[in-house]
Amino acid sequence: MSSYSITEPSDRQKWIAGTLVVVYALITMMPLVWIFLTGFKSPADAISYPPKVLFDPTLEGYVNLFTTRTRQTQEFLAANPPQTWADEIVRQYDMVIAGPSKFGERFLNSVIIGFGSTFLSIFLGTLAAYAFSRFKIPLADDLLFFILSTRMMPPIAVAIPIFLMYRNLGLSDTHLGMILLYTAVNISLAVWLLKGFIDEIPREYEEAALIDGYTRFQAFVKVVLPQAATGIASTAIFCLIFAWNEYAFAVLLTSGTAQTAPPFIPTIIGVGGLDWPAIAAAATIFLLPVMIFTILLRKHLLRGITFGAVRK
Amino acid sequence: MSDTFADRAARATPKPAARRIRGLSDRAIAWIFVAPTIFLLLAINIFPLIWTINLSFTNFKANRANRAVEYIGLRNYERILTDSDIWLTMQATAHFLFWTIFFQVLIGFTLAWLINRKFKGNDLWTTIIVLPMMLSPAVVGNFWTFLYQPQIGLFNYVVAFFTGADPSSFQMIGDVALAPWSIVIVDTWMWTPFVMLICLAGLRSIPDYIYEAAEIDRASKMRQFFTITIPMVLPFLMLAVLFRGIENFKMFDLVVQLTGGGPGSTTELTSINLKREAFEKWRTGYASAYAIILFVTVFGLASIYVKALNKVKER
Repeated sequence: MSSYSITEPSDRQKWIAGTLVVVYALITMMPLVWIFLTGFKSPADAISYPPKVLFDPTLEGYVNLFTTRTRQTQEFLAANPPQTWADEIVRQYDMVIAGPSKFGERFLNSVIIGFGSTFLSIFLGTLAAYAFSRFKIPLADDLLFFILSTRMMPPIAVAIPIFLMYRNLGLSDTHLGMILLYTAVNISLAVWLLKGFIDEIPREYEEAALIDGYTRFQAFVKVVLPQAATGIASTAIFCLIFAWNEYAFAVLLTSGTAQTAPPFIPTIIGVGGLDWPAIAAAATIFLLPVMIFTILLRKHLLRGITFGAVRK
Repeated sequence: MSDTFADRAARATPKPAARRIRGLSDRAIAWIFVAPTIFLLLAINIFPLIWTINLSFTNFKANRANRAVEYIGLRNYERILTDSDIWLTMQATAHFLFWTIFFQVLIGFTLAWLINRKFKGNDLWTTIIVLPMMLSPAVVGNFWTFLYQPQIGLFNYVVAFFTGADPSSFQMIGDVALAPWSIVIVDTWMWTPFVMLICLAGLRSIPDYIYEAAEIDRASKMRQFFTITIPMVLPFLMLAVLFRGIENFKMFDLVVQLTGGGPGSTTELTSINLKREAFEKWRTGYASAYAIILFVTVFGLASIYVKALNKVKER
């Protein structure tokens, strides 16, 4: 260190603090590491005692996750030799792959509903946030508070009338219904965060554009939006993560065509109970994108969490 | 309407150019921009809320939609407030709220304080600690039931390893005494990082010169901690508590996957209880009244808390 500072912690302090934090981080990672490892275990290894850290990795969990299987007679098995590596894995149990499982569809539903609602939240949220930031809107503060307070409702309480309403409108178990619902939940936070980001952009930029002959709308699109891009992106990630992780509405309002992955994953059943390697494989596939996102975009995300909370 | 720069520019410009400058009027744009959001919130938040209030005065059952609906006044409210099962649920919720917030504040603040020592690589380790809170509570909660299995579960194994107890001698989820703690542990694991991040923002907002001045006044490190660090972080910490409080009062996904409210009703938090009334017993009217009571409770408690928070901020 070049200059001595009385507020800078000493090297020894730093070392102790660092060690404690690293120890906590390693403990906190254990359940996640265990999910990852269990995905590559055979059912027998997954439930062995003591729990195995070293084992022969197998893709059985992943094969079971993506397929449905049926048991066959010895004659049938002998007459039809295995075609692929996945066939060989299920042959150990005298089974053949009968077809794809529902996991692919459920995962796709999560993608469609997640991105659809994020796009809609950001689109509507940016417009509203710009209006709240730049124009005098009567009762603006009350409106903003009202928008935010809708988040205090327990999801189950909201779900009762939504359930009845969707049943009447034919929106139950549809992608559109879930996209609209998640948008309505997300938009309050989106408006609030985005207003903060747009407030930070100096008005002089737009005013200069207006004098240059831009209309208000052109100024918004060509001047404000590019300036707010980072803020919009980090808000979008928050909306996406919420929709991706949401469970309460999904389990109550969807059952088939529009069911997302979170209500589906805990119901994956194998021979004689829950198929833990397959569940772990599903969890790995489902959680990994969020983890990678978090690590790559940590600066914006962490700022967004504290900024969103502290502003409120 | 306010006299903006654009208005003045418009007035000073000849007619055709003026129209080009202003395009749609600001007022029109403001309403066009805000209207869709308000409409969506009215349709999916406010209209349902009003409907719930209406239903709460009836004996409607959603699985028998054709039955004639009777208005029964405040009877649903009366029943809920005098039902002893609901008070058990409230107790379970209070236990969950108190201990999760207690542990999260304790661990979260300590971690933030340690991270603020600015050791090498603190940025990366902070991110790793934050990971659990970004993940799907239902999926993670479901997997924790596997970690909590007696004998084969990793959690039981680790506890047994350090305490010498038999790993199959205790059941975190199945035991009446341990189940309330099993949900506290998972929620603390998942949400401590949130409290940590808010505290970290608080610690980083304290300017160095305050500590420098204290150092010149020869205040001990301990004294600096209690007279500078704690009071300056307190508003942030209270905010974190507010958010965790509201979130955990609404708690559903994590706990329903972990224990499903059991054994018995030892971990039946209000949301789980509400789900049972509304979507298993289909007492829609009764559940609506219940929902309204919960909403009013959260809203009331949060408003009182925010008033207290503002007083702390003013100091």
